[in-house]
Amino acid sequence: MSTELTVGFLPLVDACLPILAKEHGFAEEEGVTLSLVKDMSWATVLDRLLYGHSDAAHLVAPLAIAATLGRGRPAQSLSVPFVLGLNGNAVTLRPEIARMVRPEGQIGDAAEVGAALKTIAQERKAAGKPLTFGVVHRYSSHNYMLRYWLAGCGIRPDIDVDITTVPPPFCADALKQGEVDGICVGEPWNSVAVEQGAGEIVLSTAQIWRRGVEKVLALREQVLDEKREGVQRLIRALCKAGAHFVDPVNWELNAEILARPEYLDGSAELIRRAISDQLLIARGGALIHYPDFMFQYREAANFPWVSQAEWLYTQMVRWDNVPFDAQDAQRAARVFRPDVYRSALLGTGEPLPGASSKVEGSIETSMVVSTQQGAIQLEPNTFFDGEVFDPSDIEGYLSRLP
Amino acid sequence: MRIAVIDESAARASIIQEGLVALDDCEIFVLTERRGLLARIGEINPDIVLMDLGNPSRDVLEEYFSVSRALDRPIAMFVDESDDESIAASVEAGVSSYVVDGLAPNRIRPILDLAITRFNAFSRLQNDLAAAKGKLAERETIDAAKRILMNSKGLPEPKAYAELRKAAMNQGKRIVDIAEAIVTADRLMGDH
Repeated sequence: MSTELTVGFLPLVDACLPILAKEHGFAEEEGVTLSLVKDMSWATVLDRLLYGHSDAAHLVAPLAIAATLGRGRPAQSLSVPFVLGLNGNAVTLRPEIARMVRPEGQIGDAAEVGAALKTIAQERKAAGKPLTFGVVHRYSSHNYMLRYWLAGCGIRPDIDVDITTVPPPFCADALKQGEVDGICVGEPWNSVAVEQGAGEIVLSTAQIWRRGVEKVLALREQVLDEKREGVQRLIRALCKAGAHFVDPVNWELNAEILARPEYLDGSAELIRRAISDQLLIARGGALIHYPDFMFQYREAANFPWVSQAEWLYTQMVRWDNVPFDAQDAQRAARVFRPDVYRSALLGTGEPLPGASSKVEGSIETSMVVSTQQGAIQLEPNTFFDGEVFDPSDIEGYLSRLP
Repeated sequence: MRIAVIDESAARASIIQEGLVALDDCEIFVLTERRGLLARIGEINPDIVLMDLGNPSRDVLEEYFSVSRALDRPIAMFVDESDDESIAASVEAGVSSYVVDGLAPNRIRPILDLAITRFNAFSRLQNDLAAAKGKLAERETIDAAKRILMNSKGLPEPKAYAELRKAAMNQGKRIVDIAEAIVTADRLMGDH
């Protein structure tokens, strides 16, 4: 008997796994009939999830936690049994600023770009026209990554610079019109800005946190309980889609599928670049290969590490300016559901980590970790400032942050 | 009561506006431009904001509301916390509404109901239009298939159509599906 599941998504490259699970029949193979609903804003994707139009959604990870904690709207518990991908975003600045902060024709070193930007931010603030950045949503990884980087470079968000919300389709336009000086957004929107000459890429967010959690598959906790079996099948289908997605043989085909009007409705060429970690950082320049720009499958990337949810909670405390609350921290941690991931994939060939939490940012060289099933080699997962996040000492971490 | 309608589709905005003016003591402001949206909302200082779900600027609006809350300005929230049913109905119709906290629910309800009706009316119009366009495309495919049959088999037009209909009936398919198959086959087999 086939389970019917509806998944909401925004037209972004990292909505690829549900789309490919449907298109290549991985979902059908697992006995899941998948319908996809495209929306234009995260608020709408979340509405559909909360009011039952969709069973699951492609969602910015912090928003799943914000919804659970009742930030900005009445609280409803969401669950994340699967991470759709890591990173895949970039920081794009107006061309004249980009050229002042990064070496010609290359993406810069995060700390060096930040240091150069600090000087400009101070000048602009003194002149009464502070630098303005656009992020895609208040509760987005983009917002947290950008703020983490700025703060780590001595630029105080909300005090030295302004950060505002700009929907991805308007990013290039907002840069061109001077409404913002920089954006932190997912692909293909950085490339769109570059193609239009509105901006130049200075950093990929993978340089800020090498293994930063990005989009997740979110469900209402109640729906997860009711449709647990179907969700587990969906997880298996998404894993197969992940393996297909990262195989270079399939890049061309998958880029074409994603480019279709019912999905991203965009350029297959730009999408293929994102899939293959290729970035054009300035119009007329050469493509740069940045390994791990976007991370969909390897190293059990889809495993919902509880420590990732906890890190997101620390950033919410930091930037919403609310005190740390042990109960909130626990509720945030429980949003990520490694138990569901494990039960879905037990007995398949997918590797399963032995632990559900790890010290984020602690791996500097490739290492093998203990597992429940299969073999997992983890590559560096460092933060650009060398800081580590130990989930057993959240308060200590918060007190160390600038 | 001051109502802001944010809609990049001027046609839909006017349908909603038309419905709302029938209500007593409502001042309606229609915003169709993305640029300067928040500044305009600040100026208007509306009691209720209506916006279609397909608008990417919704995230911007939510950000604005949470910031104004932090600044101790009137709190805006997603309808009434307790009224899940009407929220679900508005989402269903494709409208998201934001109401300033403290506004009596009995004053919101008629506006919301009206907005939902108007949104549904607009989507019916859209569906009719899409259906009409679809019919037109089907017509063209059938004409193309008829021409292919007329040219390749030397049939007069009524006979060509009869052939299509017969094939459709025999195979339990729609005429347009048969026509499409013929057009595709012709494209593959023909030298054009």
